[in-house]
Amino acid sequence: MTPDELLAQTVRVEGRRVLATLVRTFGDLELAQDAVQEAAISALRTWPRDGTPADPRAWLTVAARRKAYDALRRESARPAKEAAAGPPEPVPDHATEVIEMVEPDSVVRDDMLRLVFTCCHPALSREAQVALALRTLAGLEVAAIARAFLVPEATMAKRLVRARQKIARAHIPYRVPSDAELPGRLPSVLGVVYLIATEAHAPTGGEAVANADLELEAVGLARLLTELMPAEAEVLSLLALLLFTAARRPARTDGAGEPVLLADQDRRRWDGAAVAEGAARLGEAVRLSGGAAGPYQLQAHLAACHSTARTWADTDWDRIIGLYDLLLARSASPVVALNRAVAVTERDGPAAGLAALDGIDGLGRSHLWHAARGDALGALGRADEAAGELAVAAELAPTEPERRLLARRLRAMNPESG
Amino acid sequence: MAQYAMLLYYPRDRYWDTPEDAEFSAVYYALKAEAARAGVLRGGEALQPAVTATTITVADGPGGDIQLTDGPYAEAKEVLGGFFLFEFADLDEAVGWAARMPAAWRGKVEIRPLAPQRPLAPQRPPAADEP
Repeated sequence: MTPDELLAQTVRVEGRRVLATLVRTFGDLELAQDAVQEAAISALRTWPRDGTPADPRAWLTVAARRKAYDALRRESARPAKEAAAGPPEPVPDHATEVIEMVEPDSVVRDDMLRLVFTCCHPALSREAQVALALRTLAGLEVAAIARAFLVPEATMAKRLVRARQKIARAHIPYRVPSDAELPGRLPSVLGVVYLIATEAHAPTGGEAVANADLELEAVGLARLLTELMPAEAEVLSLLALLLFTAARRPARTDGAGEPVLLADQDRRRWDGAAVAEGAARLGEAVRLSGGAAGPYQLQAHLAACHSTARTWADTDWDRIIGLYDLLLARSASPVVALNRAVAVTERDGPAAGLAALDGIDGLGRSHLWHAARGDALGALGRADEAAGELAVAAELAPTEPERRLLARRLRAMNPESG
Repeated sequence: MAQYAMLLYYPRDRYWDTPEDAEFSAVYYALKAEAARAGVLRGGEALQPAVTATTITVADGPGGDIQLTDGPYAEAKEVLGGFFLFEFADLDEAVGWAARMPAAWRGKVEIRPLAPQRPLAPQRPPAADEP
């Protein structure tokens, strides 16, 4: 990391903590976000010149609080708003600021946790939750979020404004759910991070096989959640799952940037440190959950099976099929059934796999289902049918890299038709 | 504190004359009494069926031609059957109460915060009713 990158990183990481505290003290996400943004801009301007302060968080807190009070004063100076805003807030004196500076980490952690549950409140749309999580919890710039989701910056900015307005006007609370409420509220939080990771893993638009920057944000958010809720097994499992998946990124494209299937990846290129960390987090999750594995833990176990197999052929398909059975017992999902059928093909041969695939309803529009049928038919020597399935799969593929991959497989199978 | 309207929608017009209606009425009556005791109730009524509705529009601005239509404004799938006004600390509290209304399982409940420019006089219950 260059000194500039390190500085930007410090401002971003500390900035989101300062934001969480300001939201508590001012009760207004919009005001707090603007104030922290302004403080971050001053930091990036003055720190390179004057040196990074000994306590960057305290510096940012004081600066952001001043900006927030300035904004409130400007607001109340406007005659029309005077009545609504009440008397101007007192400017904090030096003593207050010092007390604010030594706010213990535990308080900041609680502030962050409250903000997590507000940003992922089920009364907000999933789109709004994702945007808020990336802007508020990850501290990503609006332009970067807009790029990641392929919408114009103005659209993303409007989405964030609307979300903050709903929080303010509908009085969505800044509060950590009680132990009784937590099981109902946690899935929404985990779902937001999972969705960001899914989008990063297979971007829905554009040419890229993966969005590495967004993948880092997803892992970062999952890591933040484990710091805030260290005793929640599903939180640890989600981090493990994302680490296992992210570890494969270097091997997911070939020299020409084209996608490489898991079966064909050069496993030496996987990120060993990320796999090891994933395994450690999954181990903690198993210990905490005492045998009652949640859906993210099951998925993390599945990812771990692949991450620890030396080769595709070495994969423990028995265990994988067993894990898919457990996932299916929780909720009948055709996509999970599809993945299970692929594992059945590997363990029991293409005839059994094809039968399993044909037993799944509702995947007629899924390129993955057609591709899997194509593979099974090809292995059974039914080349024409296999080619037909791959052609349909290529047509249905939602992303350009996947479409090219399927077209390439079709050509490889049927060289003269290319 | 914030004020909320809760709009109760049902999949069909309610005439308040079936056994289910009677059962629902009893639940609403009890909820209303409980909300009044808790000091959060600001109002709430059941509506006559939508077939009794009259929709009016005035063409070309104030003083223009009055046009009356029989029935509710739009051919909506759901029918508005009643409403409540409450004052709660936050949306979570509102959700908790809404989830106990029969419309929530028989149809749906829409929770809308009231706009601040339209202050409703807070009607605190008599002191004796307070816990």
